[in-house]
Amino acid sequence: MKMERINWFQWSSPQALYPLAGKLIPWFAWWSAVCITAGLYMGLLVAPTDFQQGDSYRIIFVHVPAAWMSMFLYVVMAGWAAVGLGLKARPSFMMAQAIAPTGALFTFLALFTGAFWGKPTWGAWWVWDARLTSELILLFQYAGVMLLHASIDDLRRADRASAVLALVGVVNVPIIYFSVRWWNTLHQGASISMTAAPKMAATMLAAMGIMALGFWLYSAAVTLMRVRSIILERERHASWVQMERVS
Amino acid sequence: MQWNSLNEFLAMGGYGIYVWPSFGVTAVCMVWEVLALRRRHGAARAALVHPSGTMDVTS
Repeated sequence: MKMERINWFQWSSPQALYPLAGKLIPWFAWWSAVCITAGLYMGLLVAPTDFQQGDSYRIIFVHVPAAWMSMFLYVVMAGWAAVGLGLKARPSFMMAQAIAPTGALFTFLALFTGAFWGKPTWGAWWVWDARLTSELILLFQYAGVMLLHASIDDLRRADRASAVLALVGVVNVPIIYFSVRWWNTLHQGASISMTAAPKMAATMLAAMGIMALGFWLYSAAVTLMRVRSIILERERHASWVQMERVS
Repeated sequence: MQWNSLNEFLAMGGYGIYVWPSFGVTAVCMVWEVLALRRRHGAARAALVHPSGTMDVTS
């Protein structure tokens, strides 16, 4: 394949991002549907019953992918916020703004499914464990970033202020991740480690991995869907947006 | 296949009341997000057709 020089700044305008996102959405959406279907099939029908937790452990197939996405999306949001602040690029701020609700949704789902797993496993819906508490704080951080953006009328100031808040808050992500090691609390340790052999059966691990990939693809699809709406809402007086009316 | 019957599958070894709400609420939230985004995009496009300036396109 011939190497071509890519002009990255070509994509750094809302006008370029809008059709690019439109082309990528179906691809992400279909593959996410394929992965989630395969993951549900493997997780609910093929994977064996856990010898300790019985079938309650199957919650892991939505809980862990949701929890991973909640942290991953925050880092990506903060990354776009940093690029936006550094390059004063509007599409970067728009991407950060588009990620926040999906990140908040997955944070809520991680907490909700965690409660439904905690009840049969620990006997409590909620405990003030380090992992649970730091994840709850993450939900408030997403809410804070969204509320701050919504509360400032001047969009450029809203972008910058919420970007700074998102960046400062990124310190909580390693705290969530390492909380099960730093504090000896109720939440179990990591199911997957880079250095140790997996603690799970191969089919369980595969189902969780495929579900995580499916959630990742889903997040990409809905983020791009949202950024397209944000572009139309924010740029509706631009001449190229007015052209969208006829297309 | 882990299950011998549909009832056994739905019971989830007695943990059905915990497993199904977890999967169900996750599915509802994700489907709702997609539908809400389609509505929002439709509204944003409609606002372009009628650029009154007073129309709320954020809903």
